[in-house]
Amino acid sequence: MTVVVNEVIELIREVSDPEIPVLSIMDLGVVRDVEVKQKDVLVKITPTYSGCPAMDMISTEIKYKLDQAGYNTTVKLILAPAWTTDWITENGRKKLEAYGIAAPLEASADKMALMGESRMVKCTNCGSTNTVLVSQFGSTACKALFKCKDCLEPFDYFKCLK
Amino acid sequence: MSKLYDYLLLLGDSSMILGHRLSELCGHGPNLETDIALTNISLDLFGQVRNYFQYAAEMKGEEATEDSIAFLRLPHEYRNVLLAEQPNTDFAYIIARQFLFDAYHLPLMEALIESKDEQVAAIAHKSIKEVRYHLRFSSEWVKRLGDGTEVSHQKMQEAIDYLWPYTKELFEETPLEAAMKTEGIGADLNALKVKYDAHVQGVLAEATINIPETPFAHSGGKNGIHTEHLGFLLADLQYMQRAYPNMAW
Repeated sequence: MTVVVNEVIELIREVSDPEIPVLSIMDLGVVRDVEVKQKDVLVKITPTYSGCPAMDMISTEIKYKLDQAGYNTTVKLILAPAWTTDWITENGRKKLEAYGIAAPLEASADKMALMGESRMVKCTNCGSTNTVLVSQFGSTACKALFKCKDCLEPFDYFKCLK
Repeated sequence: MSKLYDYLLLLGDSSMILGHRLSELCGHGPNLETDIALTNISLDLFGQVRNYFQYAAEMKGEEATEDSIAFLRLPHEYRNVLLAEQPNTDFAYIIARQFLFDAYHLPLMEALIESKDEQVAAIAHKSIKEVRYHLRFSSEWVKRLGDGTEVSHQKMQEAIDYLWPYTKELFEETPLEAAMKTEGIGADLNALKVKYDAHVQGVLAEATINIPETPFAHSGGKNGIHTEHLGFLLADLQYMQRAYPNMAW
């Protein structure tokens, strides 16, 4: 039984966030529960942001992958408890940084960074903290746009959500 | 249909209509960052609407879907507040509309996380984090424009003056809202008003914007009586479903 669950988990791990292809949805923390009963699988996922356009694609991919492996899959979207950036795994944070997206800070530090009161967000290109907020909203709902004042590169910052 | 069903539509409609207004600005913002911000806010609002309408559709059963609820009603069946449907004019006006709505939306979500209905509480929990961010964005811009140049100050003051009469409706309790409050599902609008007033007065003072003294107020949206703008908006919003019934992506 445990072996079967592991196989299912490994298959789900292959699904990535379409907006951040390097990040598995397991590392993103959106998979909340997996129930396996013989060949019936119920996967519960939660959205990062309410309007996240990736959720439909993620559900479809989970279903496709598991169905291909012979399972009968149902994907259910649950809202409570609401997703927080704390659920991004340590591995996920490393992958984000390597991909060029600064990982979320702690809530209080995040607020100060987004209000432009403190320099804590590290440039993903050169590592300098001499960075400035360009826009509270970035290329997707979960990101804000920053610019490094040392190497002058713009980069995304994954906003803290609690 | 149940009262809760109607209440979900009342909550969802304001977010949907304002979300649509903001979506009209996609590619038309004054600069790239504000353009992206406004469409991001639109996306959040639409996400929240989907949550309300999916729940409502489940409750209605039959053939109802989130889309049939969103697209296939007549103008008088929409329950959004009039503020949400006011058209886009200049940037100060768009920010003022957003600010007044956000200042009401945040305490509304704060109240609904205590809702006795689990799903309403879950939706509010999800939305509140986003709405807090919206209010921060719009409040900052009200201050920046109000306490900015002579021209930006004048435009922000005009926008607040024009939209102010639409704010009273936010707190006018309809029989539906009264019933939902009594059942412990809905919010107490009087309690919201206290938080709303405190925030709005604080920000406007910092923005050096005068609070209008006009006693005049528009209302009707929550009872399905709308301004002329809603019909035009819906003609656009509903076009695909009306022209090609049941079309899907």
